[in-house]
Amino acid sequence: MIPLLIGLAAAALLALSPFFFDAYGVGVIIGLLGYATLASAWAMFSGPTRYISLATVAFFGVGAYTVAVLSEVLPWPLVLLCAALVGAALALVVGLSTLRVAGIYFVIFSFGLAELIRQLITWYEVNVTGTLGRYIFLPLEPQHVLWQLLALAVITLLLAILIDRSKLGLALKAIGDDEVVAAHAGINLARTKLTLFVLSATLITLVGAIQAPRWVYIEPAIVFNPQVSFLTVIMALLGGATRRWGPILGAVPLFLLFEWLGANFPNHFSIILGALFILIVFVLPDGVLAALEKLRKKEKAA
Amino acid sequence: MFLSTLIFGLMLGGTYALIALGLSLQYGIARIMNLAYGEVLIAAAFIAFVLFSSYGLSPLWSLFIIVPLGYGLSFVIYRVMMRPLVRRSGGSGHLEVDSILATFGLLFVIQGIMLVAFGGNYHSYSYLAEGIDIFGTTVALNRLLSFGLSVAIGGGLYLALTHSRWGLNLRAVALAPKSAPLVGIDVNRVASIGFALGGALAVAGGVMISMYQAFSASYGVVFTMKALVVVIMGGVGNLLGALVAGLLLGLVETFVLVYVDPGLTLAATYLLFLVVLLWRPEGIFARRGK
Repeated sequence: MIPLLIGLAAAALLALSPFFFDAYGVGVIIGLLGYATLASAWAMFSGPTRYISLATVAFFGVGAYTVAVLSEVLPWPLVLLCAALVGAALALVVGLSTLRVAGIYFVIFSFGLAELIRQLITWYEVNVTGTLGRYIFLPLEPQHVLWQLLALAVITLLLAILIDRSKLGLALKAIGDDEVVAAHAGINLARTKLTLFVLSATLITLVGAIQAPRWVYIEPAIVFNPQVSFLTVIMALLGGATRRWGPILGAVPLFLLFEWLGANFPNHFSIILGALFILIVFVLPDGVLAALEKLRKKEKAA
Repeated sequence: MFLSTLIFGLMLGGTYALIALGLSLQYGIARIMNLAYGEVLIAAAFIAFVLFSSYGLSPLWSLFIIVPLGYGLSFVIYRVMMRPLVRRSGGSGHLEVDSILATFGLLFVIQGIMLVAFGGNYHSYSYLAEGIDIFGTTVALNRLLSFGLSVAIGGGLYLALTHSRWGLNLRAVALAPKSAPLVGIDVNRVASIGFALGGALAVAGGVMISMYQAFSASYGVVFTMKALVVVIMGGVGNLLGALVAGLLLGLVETFVLVYVDPGLTLAATYLLFLVVLLWRPEGIFARRGK
């Protein structure tokens, strides 16, 4: 209950933040909220199932592109709805073809999915539309983007809590522990995994769609930057992908660290990032929260 | 047109088969799904580039430096980075996830180092670029050489794996890692060798590719992807399957390049992957009904 109250207070403070911060500060908070939502949505599927999805940016980019294509044709809420539908449809296709077989196939497919979609869109834009980039002109101020992202973040968390307490969450935990046992207990493996994957991918698509107006000009190389997938995974892992608040706890310090690294060491960014990633896998395989709990237990025992 | 496409496709496929063989060894024997595989390959391409353009060393000779180096470094990477993960997992499913995450980190480290050293631009050099006539098709000598090397290395390794005591040990660990120690096989040693061999093949493939193709620091992911698709098409751990699937991928890519659109080659790779997944997830050449 206490974490929930803290979360609510934080959400209220964030909602008021545009009145206290300058444009740069609001930009940082938008980025922070974006990654916190991405990491939470990612962990919703990949945490309990242990299927490492490296396709975050594929959905993120699809969301942004849908906005670029439709922003001048439809009103904003309908554009978001379309983005969500496109993301869900894509996730359904990917999930249906890869989630029925062993997990490794899913990982491999997700690994290259962003590259595939980026090339397909590039090919389409060059050969059919004739131009590569697109402009997004929407009457949305930074604080509007911030509020929408905040709403999405809250929805993502509420959904995670809801799933946790439902039969679906129980089924997922069983699958994560042992797929064979879960199947014998009468759980429909494929359907459970597919439901969660589509849900998580739709939320990720919406993050891309809501953030799209911030770019003004987009092209495939910008919105399908593989680093987004990478950062999402590392944030969720640092905090603990199986914990409700883990991904957010991981996203906040890492996002600020990456902001600082990007500004001060732009050339060595990848190296530091990769090294940090390896370190987390070795030292904190279950995330900070699990490590803290273990520490506390040890202290009690001693 | 058709014949020349066929020849080019087979030649490209030869290199792909060799590259995929390396990844297959690493996954089949050492049980490590190495996502940094393509980066290792590109790193070798850069070394061959530097040796050629700064020291005038032909790629053929630099193979004798780079392949042992690739073997040695991969051996060390397995011992230092992967072995602790293997021990920690104790044979459970955690190893797959851990190795994917660790090598994903490694991917960014190697890529970052290459970006710092060489920047993001494409690099290439001209070596044996003159053409030679085969069945009325002009083929660059460097492609022919690279195909010959792939056949020699891949074929030699295949014979060694299937016809020697040493190869028997490796295959035993690949087939039954839990039973192998019962007959006196040092699994840890064999796994290190398997991972190192895979690394050696990756760098050999990198040197060959650098002979006839431009490459950049961020190009490794594409090769990892292609190798993965070939391994899965051929069936995980099936060496002959990987060889045939590699040739097939080379053919498909070249035909799409010539007859459809150069921008869609990767999409074709994926389509092939999807078809295999939906049709025969255990690999095209796997025997049915186990």
